[in-house]
Amino acid sequence: MPKPLSGSQIVLQGLWNDNPVLRQILGICSTLAVTNLLVNTLVMNAGLVFTVTMSSLTVSILRNYTPMRIRMMAQTLIIASYVIIVDIAIGAYLPDISEALGPYVGLIITNCIVMGRCEAFAMKNRPWASFLDGLAMSLGYAAVLLIIAVIREPLGFGTLLGYRIMPEGFTPWTIMIMAPGAFFTLGLFAWFVRAKFPQTAEEKKQGH
Amino acid sequence: MVQVDSGTLLFAAIFTNNILLTNFLGLCPFLAISREIRSALGLGVAVVFVMTCTAVLNYLAYYYVLLPMGLDHFRYIVFIIIIAAFVQLVEMTVERFFPALYYILGIFLPLITVNCAILGASLFMIIREYTLVQSMAYGAGSGIGWMIAIIAVGAIREKVQKSAKLPKGLEGPALTLIITGIMALAFTAFSGMIQIQ
Repeated sequence: MPKPLSGSQIVLQGLWNDNPVLRQILGICSTLAVTNLLVNTLVMNAGLVFTVTMSSLTVSILRNYTPMRIRMMAQTLIIASYVIIVDIAIGAYLPDISEALGPYVGLIITNCIVMGRCEAFAMKNRPWASFLDGLAMSLGYAAVLLIIAVIREPLGFGTLLGYRIMPEGFTPWTIMIMAPGAFFTLGLFAWFVRAKFPQTAEEKKQGH
Repeated sequence: MVQVDSGTLLFAAIFTNNILLTNFLGLCPFLAISREIRSALGLGVAVVFVMTCTAVLNYLAYYYVLLPMGLDHFRYIVFIIIIAAFVQLVEMTVERFFPALYYILGIFLPLITVNCAILGASLFMIIREYTLVQSMAYGAGSGIGWMIAIIAVGAIREKVQKSAKLPKGLEGPALTLIITGIMALAFTAFSGMIQIQ
C-alpha cells in the first residue's frame, strides 16, 4: 500500500495532475450540456461540487460498516440523496435556472466522477482525506467546464453572464451554442493540454 | 407540449434529438467503448433493450406509485434502483438461458447501470409528459440513436487508428470528441424536420 498522500498533494492531484475532465475524460455527460451559458454552468457546478464532496465524506465515514457486496448500491443511494437535496434547493431558490437545467441536475447521480471518487478514493481513505479529494476533484472538474462556458457563451451569444462583451457588429456563432460547439471546444482543449503537458506514460508514449 | 404520434417521436429521438449528439448523454461509455465496431455493436444492442424496458417500468412506477403517494421528489432514487435491478435481472436471465448471447453482451450489462443516457431518457419522459406509448417509442428511439452514433464513431476510429499518423496528444478522447462534434454537426441537418421539446 502506497504512503498516504498529504493534503496538498491530494488537492494538486485533483486540480491538475489527475484532472477528471482533461486527464481521465470522465463524467462530462451531464455537465457539458449546460456549458452554453455561464450562469447555468456555475449553478450546476456548485451542485456537483456539493454532491461529490459530501458523498465522498459520507462514503468514507461509513466505509467500515458497508458490506463489500452491496457497496455500489449503498454508494448510489448516498449520492442520490445528496442530488435530491441539490435539486430541491435549486428548485426553491433559483426556479428559472432549475427550469433551464431540466433533467441534468438529476443526472449528477450517474455522473461517473461521483461514483468514481467514492469507489477509487473514499472507500480506502480517512474521512478528511476523502473530503479534500472530493472537493479538489470536483473543483478541477468545475474549472474546466467554466473555461468551456467562458469560451462558448461570448462566441455563441456575444455575452458573458448576460452582459454584452462582444462589439455590436459581432455575428454570434450559432454553432457554439449547439451541441457540436461543446464537442469541438472540449476536444480542442483536451488536445491542447495533453500535447503541451503530457502527464501519464500513455500520453508520453503517444508523442510520435 | 406538442402532440406528436409515437412513430414520429421514434424517428425524432433517433435523428433530430439524438440523445448523445444533442443531449450529451452516455458519453463516458461512449468514449471508452467506441474503439472498434464489434464491442460498440454489443453495447448498443444492450442499451436499446434496457432503455426501452426501463422507460416503460419507470413510467409505471412514476405515474402509478410515486405521484399518487406524493413522493415525486424520490424519483431519482426509485428510477436508479429500478434500472439497477432490471439490469441485474437481465444479466441473470441471459446467463441462464442464452449463454452464447451472454458471452457477447455479458461484460457490457453492468456498465449500463451507470449510463446516464438510460436515466436521462426516463427523466426527459417525465419532464415532457409523454404517454406510455410515447415513452416506449422515445426509449426505443433514444437507444437506437445512441447505438447508431457509437457504431459510426467506432468505425471511424478503427479506420483512423490504422491509417492516420496523428499529432501529439490528439489520439484518444480528444480525437473522439472532435469526430463526435463533426457527426453532431451532420445530424443538425435533420433538426428542421421535427421539433420535439
